[in-house]
Amino acid sequence: MKSNNVILRSVARVAVVIILTFSFYLFMNGHHNPGGGFIGGLSTAAAIVLMYISFGIEKVSENIRMDFRKLAAIGVLIAIGTGTAGVLFGKPFLTQTFGHFDLPIFGDTELASAIIFDTGVALAVIGTAVNIILSISEDR
Amino acid sequence: MSMNNLLITPVVIPLFTGMVLILFQRNIRLQRVLSLVALLVTSVISVLLMNQIRSGGIQTLQLGGWEAPFGISFVGDMFSAMLLLATSVVSICCLLYAFPSIGRKQEKLYFYPLFLFLVTGVNGSFLTGDLFNLYVFFEVFLVASYVLITMGGDKRQLGESLKYIFTNIISSAFFLMGIAYLYSITGTLNLAHLSIRIAEVGQDGLITTVAFLFLIVFALKAGLLLYYWLPGSYSVPPTAIAAIFAALLTKVGIYAIFRMFTLIFYHEPQITHLLIGILAAITMVLGGLGAIGYWDLRKILTFNVVISVGFIMAGLVSLTPEGITGSIYYLVHDMLIKALVFLVGGTIIHITGTSNLKEISGLIRHHPRLGWMFFIAALSMVGIPPLSGFLGKVFITQGSFEAGYYWLGGIGLLASLFILYSMIKIFMNAFWGETTLSVEEEKGTTKGLLLPIALLTIASLTLGIGAEGIADYVSQAAEELLNPNLYIHAVFD
Repeated sequence: MKSNNVILRSVARVAVVIILTFSFYLFMNGHHNPGGGFIGGLSTAAAIVLMYISFGIEKVSENIRMDFRKLAAIGVLIAIGTGTAGVLFGKPFLTQTFGHFDLPIFGDTELASAIIFDTGVALAVIGTAVNIILSISEDR
Repeated sequence: MSMNNLLITPVVIPLFTGMVLILFQRNIRLQRVLSLVALLVTSVISVLLMNQIRSGGIQTLQLGGWEAPFGISFVGDMFSAMLLLATSVVSICCLLYAFPSIGRKQEKLYFYPLFLFLVTGVNGSFLTGDLFNLYVFFEVFLVASYVLITMGGDKRQLGESLKYIFTNIISSAFFLMGIAYLYSITGTLNLAHLSIRIAEVGQDGLITTVAFLFLIVFALKAGLLLYYWLPGSYSVPPTAIAAIFAALLTKVGIYAIFRMFTLIFYHEPQITHLLIGILAAITMVLGGLGAIGYWDLRKILTFNVVISVGFIMAGLVSLTPEGITGSIYYLVHDMLIKALVFLVGGTIIHITGTSNLKEISGLIRHHPRLGWMFFIAALSMVGIPPLSGFLGKVFITQGSFEAGYYWLGGIGLLASLFILYSMIKIFMNAFWGETTLSVEEEKGTTKGLLLPIALLTIASLTLGIGAEGIADYVSQAAEELLNPNLYIHAVFD
């Protein structure tokens, strides 16, 4: 893309930060409210794709050295791994657990094993979504 | 609450292994070993499951500990467990066939992970007790099959793949619509819960219409009358892939029809099951005409896939213990035998470089083992005792006659003649006659290809000769299918 895209780049620099912040919010919010790993991952992928569009595939790939296929696979492995953890304690597959912890700064905080599962989901979604876009863009 | 975590393993093991293989894309040796180990473990687990179900009845697992109908149920009855075992055997043999034949390039292009994802989806479809999950598992194996069918990527293959993908996307859309209708009518998608609710309110005209919608969806997948996509798309991919498609994919559609029309939509058999019977009869006749009409080896074999779909359905139509027993015998037999004849067919094409029967002759001289194994498979498909197709044919025919469907039983027998003619045509033309190719002129070698074919022949012979040994299992499976209450109690108690 040789066209002048100063505006796109300037906007993208700011927008990417906003999108990533929002997707992190969506991700953390997902346990009790709308949100979660899937939508958090999808909006993260949107930020990454925006970077690819505005700065070009070569330049972004130089800075994000990551094989998104493997990222997706690792995500699924984490998700299945959390599901299997319950089995080791004699509970059904995919059983989740949570507890309240007194953390410094945050105070009484609820920590749930679902967040690990959601992390896996998010990585799988990011990996798949970005990989799809990259595959389409390679095709000429 | 009963809980059996073993039920999830046939889904998790291939999925987990497939994901690990993506991480080690370049290490072909590791990929081969791990995929084989994963499938072997899965087959051992399915035997364990069969024995657990034999002694303890239908097994269930409520994922995450969420009770049915709120959570996702996994249910393993004898029917599912037997299909799981057959799936494992078939996929191990197709995998062994792929080792020497699929090619380095495909192996690096994620062949093994995709193969395992296909198995994941098929196993999941057999085990899930939730309609939406059934949709998801269908998509899992379909997406894997979309990639597998294009492997190699020549022009004709891509054309047929496109047809295959469009057909399946449309039927998946209908599947979703059916799910939406059913949910809006009954307020649930748990199969056992659906069965209870429809039994309570009665299967009225609207629900029967929705049943037809599901019938269309699964008939498209199974190739019941709506098989126009099948002969093309099953004859283009590499042999190992075509064989596992022929053995497994239509069978998942058949499984889904059996599940839906024995567990949920079983109240108006004079409408729904009669229609299935008519579809089955037309399928057998048209499939038979295709099988005897073509001179292309792969076309003949794919039309034989179509015939058997119709034949297996005939057992469901009767809704008698004999008919269902026959269908189960024949379904398991057909999975093994279709993989077997597709592998033999692919090997013939590999040796001669053509699929036109008129250009092939006298292979028996240099390939006696291949020839006789094909002959055994052919006789088994026709239903000669004591081979594996025999009991299924007897029971299905008996069931049809007992239920008063003489025309269906008669067409089933006629279909056997079609099968006999088409298989003997292949045997006489390809193996008999003057040997035209010397060993040096052959396009490919059978090195490594005969082992999986031999394993499947042994499996088929064992199923036929040892039919007495699994009779208890099959009759339990039939009993469970005919008594929806057994399934419902397993899920809710």
